[in-house]
Amino acid sequence: MTGRVHKYGDHVDTDVIIPARYLSTSDSAELAKHCMEDLDAEFVGRVQPGDVIVAGVNFGCGSSREHAPIAIKACGVSSVVARSFARIFYRNALNIGLPIIECAALADEAQAGDELAVDLEAGTARNLTRGTEFAFPPLVGPAADLVAAGGLVPLVRARLAG
Amino acid sequence: MAGMTLTEKLLAHAAGRDGVRPGDFVTAKLSCVLANDITAPIAIREFRKMGAERVFDAGKVALVADHSTPNKDIAAATQTKTMRDFAREQGILHYYETEAGIEHILLPDKGIVLSGDCVIGADSHTCTYGAITAFSTGVGSSDCAAGMATGECWFRVPETLRFVFEGALQQWVGGKDLILYTIGQIGVDGALYRAMEFAGSAIHALDMAGRFTMCNMAIEAGGKNGVMPFDEKTRAYVDARATRAYTVFAADADAEYAEVYEWDASGIEPQVAAPFLPSNARGVSEFADTVIDQAVVGACTNGRIEDLREAAKVLQGRKVARGVRCIVIPGTHEIHLQATREGLVELFLEAGAMVSTPTCGPCLGGHMGILAAGERAVATTNRNFVGRMGHPESEVYLASPAVAAASAVTGRICSPTAL
Repeated sequence: MTGRVHKYGDHVDTDVIIPARYLSTSDSAELAKHCMEDLDAEFVGRVQPGDVIVAGVNFGCGSSREHAPIAIKACGVSSVVARSFARIFYRNALNIGLPIIECAALADEAQAGDELAVDLEAGTARNLTRGTEFAFPPLVGPAADLVAAGGLVPLVRARLAG
Repeated sequence: MAGMTLTEKLLAHAAGRDGVRPGDFVTAKLSCVLANDITAPIAIREFRKMGAERVFDAGKVALVADHSTPNKDIAAATQTKTMRDFAREQGILHYYETEAGIEHILLPDKGIVLSGDCVIGADSHTCTYGAITAFSTGVGSSDCAAGMATGECWFRVPETLRFVFEGALQQWVGGKDLILYTIGQIGVDGALYRAMEFAGSAIHALDMAGRFTMCNMAIEAGGKNGVMPFDEKTRAYVDARATRAYTVFAADADAEYAEVYEWDASGIEPQVAAPFLPSNARGVSEFADTVIDQAVVGACTNGRIEDLREAAKVLQGRKVARGVRCIVIPGTHEIHLQATREGLVELFLEAGAMVSTPTCGPCLGGHMGILAAGERAVATTNRNFVGRMGHPESEVYLASPAVAAASAVTGRICSPTAL
């Protein structure tokens, strides 16, 4: 999967990913219209299916609103790369099937507009613009189970049915 | 084998294990699963997608309408109705919409959450209940749905950071100042993925309200949870509310901590956190020329009766500055009633403040006190991110009820000692 980079800094909070004034809906298409609005009002007009959000430390901090990863995924973003993620956002993203990658070297090097090719199964990402390649460690434990099952809904569904 | 921290003890108990270590994955039995009018609609949708028909225990799910209530518009009313209909369908015991209030004040005050419990809530400030020595943490709507369906949640046992505060607190310094100071020292990701355990003579000197305030903001340092030692004040609070048995845990003397911070609490002055991160905390004296348009006293951070009394002590016999909107929001219906009986509501109104019904309202930029571009508020809330209380070009300064009230009087950020 390849896509263009949208680059942000540290501590991108869920209030700027999806402001509270839009939380009166759970509709993913509606949420997608306002994704990143208070940080980057042009993001929604610029983002293309497959694109990658790249950020610094503590991405997704603040409110537990699942509306945040839902909005990002509904914009067509194929994965989020950051130096680190806030823990609730991390869980939420895994639960809804939004791929997230903790990789400091990749996050530091990538610049807005770079083209990235991400291979989640292999645990590698190539920056096609710069000709560099990065490996990121595989998920372990319940996080790996979640991704293998395709998210939390199918995992629990199988358990309840079993 | 070394001893366990408080969080390790609590998670081992919930997982039915003799012991756990940081990095272990555990499946914990949940004492309570919480959601509110913003997060419940998605949780209910995912619950249905999981093929679940009944919640695991109708007495252990709490659904609280607090963020947009009294419902601010048709969309909010529709979300609350979704939650209300689900609560009726499932026979949810702890459904609160009237005689209700802010979830994180309500749940411990009603005795729904007790010491030793393991709680998840689809709200990041669920970490508040660590004040009564429970394990509690915020999750998203999907984890909440899975919790409602199965009564369980997986956790990675976190490393623990220990924060020891010794010494007598200065006048007008309380839990809000200690936690803002802490976040200022370690940063908004200083406790990322970790537990925050508080200790020391200054912590034991805090009332329960101050302890709730501190644990409430553990998430603002990235913490998985915050937790307080259990003492006689905790016992008095919990015993007055418990209608079931509870379990008391203490950290082992030989517990292993990822880091121990020891601070002299007597040297800490009232703290204010400037936009746009809670870690921008400095002494109130550094904000002398900061003019405000609005002062808010309330939220799950500081909407308890002790907080209102503190604000009232400052506002008594004084008037809110001309041009400043001072909004006081009691945390729950019962606190509102208590404040009325104590004469606090009359005192606030006499001072020129507005008193709202309980709601999260302005804290998250929902309603009941939204800021326009260029406006500035001092608030007892817990976040000062871009656009948090309204327009992305507005500003929120975080402070205690005493500082918010004093600032309302002068129209500039100040300590009550400046009045």
